[in-house]
Order: sequence, then C-alpha cells, then structure tokens
Amino acid sequence: MHNTAIALIELGAVFFGLGILGRVSWKIGISPIPLYLLGGLAFGRGGLLPLTGIEPFTQVASEIGVVLLLFLLGLEYSAGELVTGLRRSWPAGLVDIVLNATPGALVAWLLGWGPVGALAMAGVTYISSSGIVAKVLGDLGRLGNRETPVVLSMLVFEDLAMAVYLPILTALLAGVSFLGGLSAVGISLLAVTLVLIIALRFGRYVSALVDSPDPEVFLLRLLGAALLVAGIASQLQVSAAVGAFLLGIAISGSTATNATRMLEPLRDLFAAIFFVVFGLNTDPAAIPPVLLFALLLALATTVTKVATGWFAARRQGVRRMGRARAGAALVARGEFSIVIAGLAVSSGTIAGKLAALSTAYVLLMAIIGPVAARVVEPVARKMVQHREPPRSQAASS
Amino acid sequence: MDVTVTPLPGLGTQQDFTTRSGHRVGVITYRDGRLELIVSDPQDPDKVAASVDLNTEETSALANLLGAPQLVAQLTEQQREVTGITTWQLPITPGSPYEGHALGDTEMRTRTSVSIVAVVRGGTAHPSPRPDFEFNGGDLLVVVGTVDGLRSASEILEKG
Repeated sequence: MHNTAIALIELGAVFFGLGILGRVSWKIGISPIPLYLLGGLAFGRGGLLPLTGIEPFTQVASEIGVVLLLFLLGLEYSAGELVTGLRRSWPAGLVDIVLNATPGALVAWLLGWGPVGALAMAGVTYISSSGIVAKVLGDLGRLGNRETPVVLSMLVFEDLAMAVYLPILTALLAGVSFLGGLSAVGISLLAVTLVLIIALRFGRYVSALVDSPDPEVFLLRLLGAALLVAGIASQLQVSAAVGAFLLGIAISGSTATNATRMLEPLRDLFAAIFFVVFGLNTDPAAIPPVLLFALLLALATTVTKVATGWFAARRQGVRRMGRARAGAALVARGEFSIVIAGLAVSSGTIAGKLAALSTAYVLLMAIIGPVAARVVEPVARKMVQHREPPRSQAASS
Repeated sequence: MDVTVTPLPGLGTQQDFTTRSGHRVGVITYRDGRLELIVSDPQDPDKVAASVDLNTEETSALANLLGAPQLVAQLTEQQREVTGITTWQLPITPGSPYEGHALGDTEMRTRTSVSIVAVVRGGTAHPSPRPDFEFNGGDLLVVVGTVDGLRSASEILEKG
C-alpha cells in the first residue's frame, strides 16, 4: 500500500507540474511539448528530482499516448482529403523528403549510428509537427491565407509518408533481414492502400461499428478499437501507431468529429505522459555532447523547411510573401519526431545518444517553429526590399 | 462569378472569390459547423486582413443583410414591365405581433391585396410561402403590390 501512496503522490505532482508548464507555454506562445520534455528531463535519471516507482503506469500510458496521437491525427483527415492531398502535392512532398530527411541522416551517419540510426534520425528531422503548425496558423489568423492549403497538404503528405515510414523503421529496428524489411514495407503499403479504399468506399460501416449515442459506450468502443487495432498492427510488425492512424482515417463524418471531441482530453493527458517518459529516459548529461549537432541540425532544417514551403507555395501560384509564410509555418517539429525517436530508443538497438540529440533538436525546433512563423513577415519584407532595386523612373527604350 | 473551393485538410473548406476591387472575400466552413468570414489584404491578396468568427445566428443575420436586397432587385427587374406594381421587403421585427404566427393570420391579401412572394430567413429564400408558414423574428418578407397596399402591409406587420 505504501508504494501505491508514493506512486500516487509522484504522479499527482508530475501532472500538476505539467499543468503549470502547459499554462506557461501557451502564455508565451510556444507549444507545451518542449516544456514537457524538460519536465521529464528534470524528473528522470540524473535529473534534479529523480522519481521512482511510477514506471509500470507511465510505460503503458506513454504507449497509449502514441496510439492516441496517431489515432486522432487519422480522425482529422478523411480518406478523400488524403487522396486529393497526395495527388496535388506529391512533387513538393518529394522535395520535402529529400531536403529535410537528408540532414538528419547525415548527422547520424557522421556520429556513426549506422544505417538504421540514420533512417531514424532522417524521420526525426523530416516530419513537421501538424499539431504545432495548425495551432500557430490558427493563432495568427492565417487559416484563410492562400498559402495555408499548401501548408496543410504538405502536412497531409508527411503524415501519409509516416504511415509508410514507421513500419519500415519498426521492422529494421526489430533487426529483421533485408527480406523481412521488404515484406514489412509490402505489408504496410498494402495496409495503407486497403484502408484508403475501405475508408473511401465503406467508411460509413466502420464508423457505424464504433458509433454510439451514449457517450460512455462510444468512448469505450473508440478506445477499445484503437488499442485493438494498434496491438494487432504491432503484432504484424506494422507499428502500433500506424494501425491507429489508419483506423482513424477509416472513421469518417460526424463520428470522426464526435470521436475527436471525446478523445482530445485523453490524448492530451497520455501524450503529455509520453513526452515526460521520453524525457525521463533521456539522461540530461548526454545532451551537452550532442548540443552542437542539435544546433547545426536546427539551423539546417529550418532553412530546408523554409525552402520546401517556398517551393510548394510557388507551385500553387502564391506570391513571394506567401511563399515565405508557408516555409516558416512548416518549420516546427514536435510530437512525431519524438514518436520516431521513442521507437528507435525503446528498441535498444540504437545508441542512447539518439534520444539526447532528438530531445535537444525538438526542444529547439518546437520553439523556433512558432517564432519563425511569427517573425517571417517583417524579416521577409526587409529582405525583399534589399533585393529589389528601386524602380527607375526613366523609361527604357 | 468564379467561386474557388479549397479543401483545408483536417479543418474544413474554404470558399472565396475575388471582387472587382481586387479583394478576396470568402468563407471558411469548419468541420464543427463554425463559419469564418475572410477578407484579403489589399496589399497582399494571399494574406487575410480580417477573419471574423460567426455563429449560426450571426451568419444568418449577415446573409439576410446581403441576400434580401438581391432578391428584391431580381423581382423589381422582373416586374419592370408591369406598371404600378412594386416589390418591397418588410421585416418581421422581433416583437412584431405576427412573430410565431402563421402567414395566414395576417390576412394580407384580403386586407391589402399585397402578395407575400417569399420569406428570406437565414440567408435562404423560401419562395411562395403557404398560409401555414410560421414567421420568426428577423424574417424578411418580400412583398409585391401597389405602393398604397405595401404601406398598409408594412403597418399591419408592425401593429397587427
């Protein structure tokens, strides 16, 4: 009983602390993710206040956090949106992959983490945080801007890319052979295609399976379905997160809207635990040695994301200022980078330094992203003025 | 009019058009039913200068303000050939004696020989309303008749 009391007190203190951190973060206009990570660092091994005895709960809770993060992401999109997004933004999407995955892969390779480490790090630097981006665009009142659909399609593309990437990473982390990796890729591509077809054709029926007018029943069915599918996907080596994401896509219409409303608080709770646990498992002492690399990566991938957004917006005929805004909007990295790093670290085959580097990197990017989105306009205006020579009045013959 | 419909994945749909003056004006419809009115920046048409959140009531109020004159203009246009007949729009003000009553209760045709050809509510016009059509406060009636008839119709709607 005594242990239970201690665990409850510790958990309560952690949640309460997170609540304060979250409040502070939105006050100063950044996402709470970096603060949760810092909280985790403070309470973990080698931190200020190491906590013990809450691992049994936090371990499972953080897994549920990942599942819910991806499940709600899937709920946000309808299959139709995914297909049109894919059709419309694939060239920009490919540019996105090349420009933003490369720096991560390079650094991992320089640090000698092997091909799998390079693949994991590539994912960490590639994926923008759709949560932070959408929130910042809403806060800045840019949802009606002409470059916003471009930004959102890029996010859709990235999330779909995740659905293909995560199973590959999971398979390789599990140490399967090249053939095993290929079959994992095959299975995941097949699963994604199948789910898109099901969602496009029979989305109603999937929705009807979990839908219920009674909130309690609805909540239990949703959670049950999400965890079941995630667990089965995990067994099939397709990664639990992807299973949840695909289930989210298959649920559509009003059911999806209600489900999102129902699960949002749960997601926020469990996702917060996930970030804290990630911080807990990262030794703060491991961060200073990789800090320089994190800084370099942050600078490089800020530039590459801006270039990606610029390119994507230009393809849609948006003017210069809009292109700059699109680029800056995409800079933020967050929850999914940590999801990828978490997968890599928990497999045990990757150096623990990856967790330290990812933590430092996401800390930087989750703060730089929203700031970049805010300051882009004045900065871009200055640059444009510098570059454009004053128009001469004399008519050239 | 060239209305552009842009899906905003995960959020909703945006519909806008460009005015002659070079503004982009439109509406974002969010999944949860919220509406947002957007007007672009004259300096930078890609950017939104103002976005206003509207709830259902506000949306219908705005739609009324914009929609009713257009309907009247159309009807006036059609009746230009017919002399002596005019189209007016008369509001059912909140607190009007006919608020919550059926159209038949006004006995409008008998008393003024004016026809109620449409009721505009929440931005949608209900053409040729039947006698059992129930008025709400804020409805706009589009009425056709002689000027005298229209004057008395307006009085009836105000005072009963």
